[in-house]
Amino acid sequence: MSKRIVIDPVTRIEGHAKISIFMDDAGNVSDAEFHVVEFRGFEKFCEGRPYHEMPGITPRICGICPVSHLLASAKAGDAIMAVNIPPAADKLRRLMNLGQLVQSHALSFFHLSAPDFLLGWDTPQPQRNVFGLIAANADLARAGIRLRQFGQEIIEILGGKKIHPAWAVPGGVRNALTEAGRDKIRAWLPEAFATTQVAFNLFKKTLETHKREVQIFGNFSSLFMGLVTEDGTWEHHGGNLRFVDSSGSIIADQLDPQRYFEYIGESVQSSSYLKSPYYSPLGMPDGMYRVGPLARLNVAEQMGVPKADAELKLFKKMGRGAVSSSFLYHYARLIEILASLEYIERYLDDPEMFSDYLRADAGINSLRGVGVSEAPRGTLFHDYTVDRNGLLKKVNLIVATGQNNLAMNQTVAQIARHYVRGNDIPEPMLNRIEHGIRCYDPCLSCSTHAVGQMPMQVRLISADGSVLNETVRG
Amino acid sequence: MAAKTLTIDGKQISAEEGATVLQAADEAGVKIPTLCHLDGVYDVGACRLCLVEIAGVPKLLPACTTQVAEGMVIHTDSERLRKYRRMTLELLFAERNHVCAVCVANGHCELQSLAYNQGMDHVRYEYNFPKWSVDNTHRLFGMDHNRCILCTRCVRVCWHIEGAGTKNVAGRGGKAHIISDLNMSWGQSYSCTECGKCVQACPTGALFHKGSTAAEMERDRTRLEFLVTAREKKQWITGEE
Repeated sequence: MSKRIVIDPVTRIEGHAKISIFMDDAGNVSDAEFHVVEFRGFEKFCEGRPYHEMPGITPRICGICPVSHLLASAKAGDAIMAVNIPPAADKLRRLMNLGQLVQSHALSFFHLSAPDFLLGWDTPQPQRNVFGLIAANADLARAGIRLRQFGQEIIEILGGKKIHPAWAVPGGVRNALTEAGRDKIRAWLPEAFATTQVAFNLFKKTLETHKREVQIFGNFSSLFMGLVTEDGTWEHHGGNLRFVDSSGSIIADQLDPQRYFEYIGESVQSSSYLKSPYYSPLGMPDGMYRVGPLARLNVAEQMGVPKADAELKLFKKMGRGAVSSSFLYHYARLIEILASLEYIERYLDDPEMFSDYLRADAGINSLRGVGVSEAPRGTLFHDYTVDRNGLLKKVNLIVATGQNNLAMNQTVAQIARHYVRGNDIPEPMLNRIEHGIRCYDPCLSCSTHAVGQMPMQVRLISADGSVLNETVRG
Repeated sequence: MAAKTLTIDGKQISAEEGATVLQAADEAGVKIPTLCHLDGVYDVGACRLCLVEIAGVPKLLPACTTQVAEGMVIHTDSERLRKYRRMTLELLFAERNHVCAVCVANGHCELQSLAYNQGMDHVRYEYNFPKWSVDNTHRLFGMDHNRCILCTRCVRVCWHIEGAGTKNVAGRGGKAHIISDLNMSWGQSYSCTECGKCVQACPTGALFHKGSTAAEMERDRTRLEFLVTAREKKQWITGEE
């Protein structure tokens, strides 16, 4: 008899979700779906607001990556004003985005995912969290927490607060870096580099014992998308979009992000509040693409900074063509932390960071503006249409987690096929399936427009809809 | 002019005849919460935040429009007054759509700071969630009716200080709202001189400089006082040496 297993909610991710696993009559997994069960609605209730308020409103979408929404929103505003912002403002925005990448990646790695692969899949569930990590290795946990704090400090030094700073504005930013702020960042950098090195050592050791996970945690063909510079270097705030396929071949390059709607389609599933974007020239399902750290490293030819470039070379050897295992998102995250730290170090020596020419001024010069920035989880699009007075008529947000939706579904199905047999659902199996989702570090609050924490529930449901077995936790 | 002697919060004070209780209290160093009052323009007693108790008068009276009288005994702070002030503030918040976190006036808003000072930690009334729009048609300024508390400061500075008479109130009750000229969009207003006094006078984020983002709207009211002093006393005191 065919059945459905439901994991509800999924834990240690940002937002509310559940997983359904469909079983065929022989007791094998036939398919799996990742459902996002929360709805935020920012696209709707921002209608009617002045576009210049959006960098104050949209960071409220998320407490983890408010900066991503802040920057994409300010950039959409730049496009409506049709201005080139002062160079110092661009550099300062980049500095904040780098701080954001460090803090969010450190959160994903140390707080959310490391308890699985450092403590072990079969660690009893009450200990398999950041507190268990503190009990097992207090120094490591503290270092991880402080690495996140380092990124948060950069955001606070520039924006006045760690969460929801309304610092970037259409046309530029509100204030520059201070010398005191620079000195604080500079003094903290050596510790941040050292913690990143510890994380690299740990993860490389983890890889030796987790070959199976690399094989089955989201290891499949897909496209990858991310921003690159003109010469194909890793980019996080400017540049143009590039798609590569799983062989590593570039299938589209230097696409203008302002015209994303010409090559990205959005499909809707009745089972989730999350939209599923795809590369429209290939249609569904071939147009499935992944974004985020793994994708950015797959599209980039180099990082542009020496230490991270050395790591990128090692990373690229892990795939034939593109690196296709989603388990290696964790690895990519560490390389991005390293690159971010190196770029941050560079910016500290740039005298322009202290400029007082920070804001361009203009009226409404375009009735539509798209802002694109690489959020920690992947490429973020804010697309605003305004009337002649600058009031929003339409808002479209394409968020990283949505773009990974199709890949997350496939990852869950792939892991479930390896671990689920028959009616029994052992808890560590559930955790492995959840981890497939954690690899992507999804942020559902960002992508559906609701907040909260996630306990989890798995149900075995027969084809006639009756519940055969149910496990609830959290 | 004859002086009147009165008692405010147990303090014996004297005030000029014709002065309001608010002025007398201010001179005596007694702080009464206000919202629609603005130095330099006439008072209308619209917000009811400055209500005080006067011995022998059963109802509460607004300090800003009540004149001092000989032997008056006034209380500006009591359990009853605090109750009414909180109620007034909560009703103001419930009436329209005040979202401090993303408001241009966050941190510089008189409604917000009064709510903090009066210990308002929640609103007991159901929010109205009315549908109001933003008038962003003016070249320099915007008006968000969602954040308007109808204090009419903008109307009074426009008529009394600038003399243009652009701003008015239309409608009644819950439908009352600030209009420009004969209820046209602000950008089309013939009388508006673009002086910006209304924007400086606004206590909340309802009137703002176009282009402002969250918490960016700070106001400078010293210019309003400067103008009034210059006109009435022929003294041009800029506050700068």
